[in-house]
Amino acid sequence: MSAPTSASSAVQIAAGVRSGQLKAADVLEEHLARIDNREGEIHAFNLVLADQARAAAAAVDAAVAAGNDPGPLAGVPVALKDNMCTHGIATTCSSKILDGWKPPYDATVVTRLIAAGAVTVGKTNLDEFAMGSSTENSAFGATRNPRDTSRVPGGSSGGSAAAVAAGFSSVSLGSDTGGSIRQPAALCGVVGVKPTYGYVSRYGLVAFASSLDQIGPFTNTVEDAALLLDVIGGHDPMDSTSIPAPQPSLLGAIQQGVEGLRVGRITDLPEGADPDVVERLEAAFDALRAAGATIVDVQVPAFSYGLTAYYLIAPAEASSNLARYDGVRYGMRVNAPDTNSMYGVTRTAGFGDEVKRRIMLGTYALSAGYYDAYYGKALKVRRMIADDFDRAYQRADVLLTPTSPTVAFPFGAKGDNPFAMYLCDVYTIPTNLAGHPGMSVPFGTGAEGLPVGVQVLSGTLGEPQMFRTAAALERAMGAAK
Amino acid sequence: MSERITTADVVKVAKLARLDLDPAAIERTTAQLAGMLEHFADIDALDLGDVQPMNQPYPLVNVFRDDVIVAGLNRDEVLAAAPDAEDGRFRVPPILGLDS
Repeated sequence: MSAPTSASSAVQIAAGVRSGQLKAADVLEEHLARIDNREGEIHAFNLVLADQARAAAAAVDAAVAAGNDPGPLAGVPVALKDNMCTHGIATTCSSKILDGWKPPYDATVVTRLIAAGAVTVGKTNLDEFAMGSSTENSAFGATRNPRDTSRVPGGSSGGSAAAVAAGFSSVSLGSDTGGSIRQPAALCGVVGVKPTYGYVSRYGLVAFASSLDQIGPFTNTVEDAALLLDVIGGHDPMDSTSIPAPQPSLLGAIQQGVEGLRVGRITDLPEGADPDVVERLEAAFDALRAAGATIVDVQVPAFSYGLTAYYLIAPAEASSNLARYDGVRYGMRVNAPDTNSMYGVTRTAGFGDEVKRRIMLGTYALSAGYYDAYYGKALKVRRMIADDFDRAYQRADVLLTPTSPTVAFPFGAKGDNPFAMYLCDVYTIPTNLAGHPGMSVPFGTGAEGLPVGVQVLSGTLGEPQMFRTAAALERAMGAAK
Repeated sequence: MSERITTADVVKVAKLARLDLDPAAIERTTAQLAGMLEHFADIDALDLGDVQPMNQPYPLVNVFRDDVIVAGLNRDEVLAAAPDAEDGRFRVPPILGLDS
């Protein structure tokens, strides 16, 4: 076996380390060297954990030397979005209000990664509290897209996408509330998965919108994403919304092809995707047809109302969740003569503009006299969207759409028009509202040679067919190279 | 849907949200929220009379775990992360006795 290179997948790294042919320490040093080289330019991380990572890699190598199996992610360098709690290690959500906070516990995903032998290299940058689509909203500065540093990596999990695209970590975790894994995955040219709501425990994920948030992986290959989800997925008694049912192995699922699979084309999909993105989507339909899938037309009439429902529901939940940042139990406090004014000055100084905007919008949508007109109505629209998807999934096993309407855009391109930024997630948001899984697979390049992602969607717990489809697209791309 | 959002609405909402917005921020926020709510008017035309609101994407009810004692968080560690603590408790500025 040859020495690992930046192209080595997590599956290959873990196999090499478990068999003793690779040293976790060597794998880690390669990744740390790439961080040394390029992190100053990219700013994927809020915190690099070189010393802890070296200790963890040494422990993995020692376990192998002692004849023990460190687990299915043995020696795999992983980066964590900085909204996942790490015991004793700063977790900021890229917000001044949590600067310096060290959680007293690990998120369940962190516990599971470590138990599987993964090596945590750092905490990645995000739009503050995961609110944004470009990682420009971070209180600690933007992340740059490794494919073109004049452009955004997408968001909100921009740091996690960039870390994998730049080879700083083999894989990473992000969170997806309205597209925050899939959109940056598309813009950075990597695989990104939002699982079914409840597939992965949210315990220790700092809450943004609790009925929408899901954790998922960024990887270079579909197989790596299956491996990661097999490790972090599954019921967790610490998350009451976690699904108490066994999950089939996705590594097993991707071995199957797409022969006979019904792939849906949404004929009433909202317009607005750039021609280069649409061209890649058409190529994806062609590739799946060639691989033996059947293409069927479906309608999801309420799809286009997703943006409105989301931007009433998510801010409403956020305004409630973010009430906990009151300067009492954790994070920063700005002193004031009495507690009531301390709340106001602390929150005003601690939150950035976009977070304040969403708290205001959410509080308004929930306030007396407006609840029925806004929040209540949005919940009904949410039901319509889920029902429309369910009807479509009676005719199709998976649906294919663009992930993002555009390739990566330059910094500042959306100006100070919040709604222009919100439109970045027009194709990803409805899935979160329905609670369904979705993933973005790199499928060639568009304008300026920048990556384009194709989004594969499926119904509740439809991960196996979603992964089969993604693997077929990946094979088609590999064959075309 | 509703009449246009006013600066008075925004002042009230900021108070509910415990955000101290200065007059310039109130003006800016009013304009931005009004713009967004205009976009959101697309759902006004929908007939939602018979539609049940969807509060959660995966229906689970009465989620319990076995009633066994498990370790909680370490109190000293939790308090060490607080802005201020005293005698094993969170410490805050005066709550009563001052006009706010």
